[in-house]
Amino acid sequence: MPVLKNLTELKELREKARAQKADRENNKLTIILGMGTCGIAAGANEVAAAVREELDKRNIEAEIVNVGCIGMCHNEPLLDIQEPGGPRVTYTKVKPAMVGKIIEKHLVKGELSKRWIFGQLPGENGQTIEGLKTYDELPFYSKQIRIALRNCGIIDPESIEEYLASGGYGGLEKALFQMSPDEVIEEIKDSGLRGRGGAGFLTGLKWEFCRKAKDYPKYVICNADEGDPGAFMDRSVLEGDPHALLEGMIIAGYAIGAPEGYIYCRAEYPLAIVRLKKAIQQAYDLGFLGENILGSGYSFDLKIKEGAGAFVCGEETALIASIEGKRGEPRPRPPYPAASGLWGKPTNVNNVKSYAIASQIMVRGADWFSKIGTKKSPGTAVFALTGKIKNTGLVEVPMGISLREIIYDLGGGIINNKRFKAVQTGGPLGGCLPEDALDTAVDFDSLTAAGATMGSGGMIVVDQDTCMVEFARYFLTFASAESCGKCVPCRIGGQRLLEVLTRITRGEGSLEDLDEIERISKYMREGSLCALGQLTPGPVMASLRFFREEYEAHVTEKFCPAGVCAGMYAYEIDADPCTGCGLCAKACPTNAITGEKKEPHAIDQLQCIQCGACYEVCNFGAVLVKRKHELPVAEVNK
Amino acid sequence: MGKVNFILDGKEIQAEKGDTILQAARRLGIYIPVLCDHPALPPEGACRICLVEIEGQRALHPSCTYPVSEGMVVETNTERIRAARKFNLELLVSDHPLDCMTCDATGDCLLQDLAYEYDVTEDRFEGTKHHYSVNDPNPFIQVDRNKCILCRRCVRACREVNGVEAISVFYRGFSAYIGFGADSSMDDSPCEFCGSCVEVCPTGALWPKQSLGQGRPWQVEKVRTTCPYCGVGCQLILEVKDNKIVKVDSAWEGPSNHGWTCVKGRFGYDFTSHADRLSHPRVRKYLLDGKKKPTASKRDPEKEANPWQWVEVDWETALGIAADRMRQIRDDHGPGSIGFLTSAKCLNEENYLMNKLARQVIGTNSIDHCARL
Amino acid sequence: MSGNDIDVALIDPILQEFKEQKGAVIPILQRTQDIYGYLPEDAMQEISKKSGISISQLYGVATFYAQFNLEPRGRHLIQICDGTACHVRGAPKLVEAVEGQYNLEAGGSDPDFQYTLEIVYCLGSCGLAPIALVDGQVYGNTTPDSLVENIKELD
Repeated sequence: MPVLKNLTELKELREKARAQKADRENNKLTIILGMGTCGIAAGANEVAAAVREELDKRNIEAEIVNVGCIGMCHNEPLLDIQEPGGPRVTYTKVKPAMVGKIIEKHLVKGELSKRWIFGQLPGENGQTIEGLKTYDELPFYSKQIRIALRNCGIIDPESIEEYLASGGYGGLEKALFQMSPDEVIEEIKDSGLRGRGGAGFLTGLKWEFCRKAKDYPKYVICNADEGDPGAFMDRSVLEGDPHALLEGMIIAGYAIGAPEGYIYCRAEYPLAIVRLKKAIQQAYDLGFLGENILGSGYSFDLKIKEGAGAFVCGEETALIASIEGKRGEPRPRPPYPAASGLWGKPTNVNNVKSYAIASQIMVRGADWFSKIGTKKSPGTAVFALTGKIKNTGLVEVPMGISLREIIYDLGGGIINNKRFKAVQTGGPLGGCLPEDALDTAVDFDSLTAAGATMGSGGMIVVDQDTCMVEFARYFLTFASAESCGKCVPCRIGGQRLLEVLTRITRGEGSLEDLDEIERISKYMREGSLCALGQLTPGPVMASLRFFREEYEAHVTEKFCPAGVCAGMYAYEIDADPCTGCGLCAKACPTNAITGEKKEPHAIDQLQCIQCGACYEVCNFGAVLVKRKHELPVAEVNK
Repeated sequence: MGKVNFILDGKEIQAEKGDTILQAARRLGIYIPVLCDHPALPPEGACRICLVEIEGQRALHPSCTYPVSEGMVVETNTERIRAARKFNLELLVSDHPLDCMTCDATGDCLLQDLAYEYDVTEDRFEGTKHHYSVNDPNPFIQVDRNKCILCRRCVRACREVNGVEAISVFYRGFSAYIGFGADSSMDDSPCEFCGSCVEVCPTGALWPKQSLGQGRPWQVEKVRTTCPYCGVGCQLILEVKDNKIVKVDSAWEGPSNHGWTCVKGRFGYDFTSHADRLSHPRVRKYLLDGKKKPTASKRDPEKEANPWQWVEVDWETALGIAADRMRQIRDDHGPGSIGFLTSAKCLNEENYLMNKLARQVIGTNSIDHCARL
Repeated sequence: MSGNDIDVALIDPILQEFKEQKGAVIPILQRTQDIYGYLPEDAMQEISKKSGISISQLYGVATFYAQFNLEPRGRHLIQICDGTACHVRGAPKLVEAVEGQYNLEAGGSDPDFQYTLEIVYCLGSCGLAPIALVDGQVYGNTTPDSLVENIKELD
């Protein structure tokens, strides 16, 4: 395709792409496969092969479209069938062996098997099939407003035409041909967009600082180093809609006056890097990148830099050091990157979602965006919903929605009918909230006030079987292993804090240790160089605040109420609910459980190794976690 | 450069625009404790000892990197700051040997001074401590990573001042340590042993091997002198104990070296009190006897004393023989047969006189100087 | 690593490619590791000599980032995610199983350099936790048994 030289050529190309898409939807049978990393992990490649084989076998002509992740990880792999002029019908948890039956029923017999169908996505003109629920009617999607994820799972991320057909590069078009750089910045400022990387600083203001900086050249950087364990929304955008990011970055470059940009992406996201590279090439080929973009006179180059495995590089000054080829160590701010960043030049760093949202704000206007969400945190929040929850996946919800709605309405509640215990937001530098905080509104300020943080959007739900002390220790292990080691409070303080937590989970803690946790946390927070060190104590502080009794049980009674910390609990079978089904006895690796059939069983504490196998298999909640000293001494004998 | 007015510890202060808070305070003689900062090196912001409170800022900030701005209000010594500093010192001490009684740096150690100032008496955490072996085989510098506080002064001195980049931080977090070259010993790295790293090390982590156990700072006399090795004229401070040089520091006030020097100036001083060093002139016995140069094979050890033997004489005699021999050579073979090599260890005046001797007395232009090499 | 003679000439094209680029240390090391499977000292010295980047800086960078290995690794790479979602869904049990089965420790290799086990933090497929990668192939909803089974299928 030739380079687009002006606005007219862009409009023509977009019309052509739209016509092509309409032609496919109206006249062709399309099979759509979810090909994000998560889909592939669940077996999408095998499903794809089965689809091809089946179509060949039956001589059915169909177009196969690969899309990114639509967010329903718990239902992967996904397969959509869209008949000419019809809606997209989604099949979930597809196995290769099911493909033949699905195709036979749906395409040959015209039967729609409700057992396998999740729902339908209406076609371009709103057409639906009667009797099937649309996505909007399904709880997982009904409360979502998808802006950053607008195209994820909908379009083929490797086709720039599909992006154009969905209105893509419309924001850039508007910025370049209808607005001055200052007007672009005003628009973003008016929208109230706050940085989606976690800190929530006003994006428009950041752009303005950088624009006003005197030095040249300036740089635009995208922070795609999504390192939070339990967060994968940036990956989803990179894999599912890379052009949305590119468009946002080019707009930012134009607004700031930067001739060059970098995407700093984790090397752990190989598929994202492949798709980004492809998208960048397409953008160069069509003239959305490079010299004199669309004949506007503005030029912008974009490169990818792969990270090399360091969580701290999510901190902007560390990220810049990493791009410069140094150890990814943060440096004190000020000076901020807007004044002195990459190679000492003014630099704007934003998260993937911030750019992807910015490009949409340019299309639909600041007014539209600022009306979504809350006054102080307009727009949407993207969360990666994981842990002990029924519907795991990615959700994009308006700010201000409550945690309860996300966890119970979208997430479908806790798996295996267990009890909700806590929700961790903000990843390893965030905090957990207990049940009575579930009505907290989800926005930057409310979450912080409640004791957690927004972070980059991980949301991990844990149930009664999670020990909050061990959970906090886990986050600390991660954070201290990822400390760069430059400043004293983080390098040694993180280690000391971890040692205290380890002591407690081993039953060697004391009440004074709880004071020590608070003291170390306080000074790490106050004196560390960067956000990593300042926020490392976050999860511990939050869990100590909300689950203090669990900490106290560990230090005073040497008891782990969740039955997690080794040697700090025992199992006992409650005779009342026990039906004598014998499942536990079968599961026990040491034959510690005995009992007559249909009679209550019992555990021989001398044989029991606390592996938890009986606890896992019991369907009646009859296996209980007990303090060791509650059991007869002779039985425990330790 | 313009001026900036701001408030430091309740006093209105004027500083240069572009100053950091620490620089401004230093200019005015206001004390802010530091560990990783060094006036001759770019700031690092790592040790968190120079933390100050800035009005309107939630966290504490390091004064070594924070630029002054008009109207800002800074406190340098509140309870909150002192508590944070003390905490950081406690952390450092918790991963540091408590062996000040035998440590060479005692009395010359910033960590010790600050622990004293902030009343940090013991390791309150009792956590994991590093136990690195102290066995770097290089001839000059003892590397004791157990005493290292990772202030990175050495890294900066090696990189920014010397441009050698032999030192870097390796690994990260609590596992980070200062390493050389390809994580090798110092002498397998590009290190030139200028000893700048030793000069700026605030603790006993880097210490001259020659100076180990040689004396405490308060037991030595400090003598400022000019390095005798070459023409740069580095200013050195000799630490002298019992009339013997035990350590050489480079002088920060030295107009030509600004606190830095090279391997020779810093470590090449053992000749001054070496047993082999001549303290009186000596001549060969055959010269003293006025005899011809004997051949070794003809000598009969049973009959005569060794004619090659060195005999200690007075200056008069030694110089007389040297002058006689030189004159004889000039007369026999011409002035071109004699060349002079003078020394950087001599004064300018002495070199001037040597030049006179060569050109006017002997008549040769063959004269050179070791510092030109 | 003595006894492991390597052909340092293989690095030349990489150095040529990044010659003009400022701060290309990380991509140079990544590409070098792609060639040898790890970063041999001879290769590091060669990079330093030809690029002018000091050897201490190269090692400072290589030891900072988790991606780089200074020691050779096993023929097969097993990566287990211990990100939060995987952790709460049983990743530690996967680690134990592999360690026990192949006589190795997380972060290391077995005595015959057949298998290397690495703990990684979040591969971004939390919805399918716990996740493991065996020679780059992603496995979701893994159990200790299924993982060991997947590894056995390699040979």
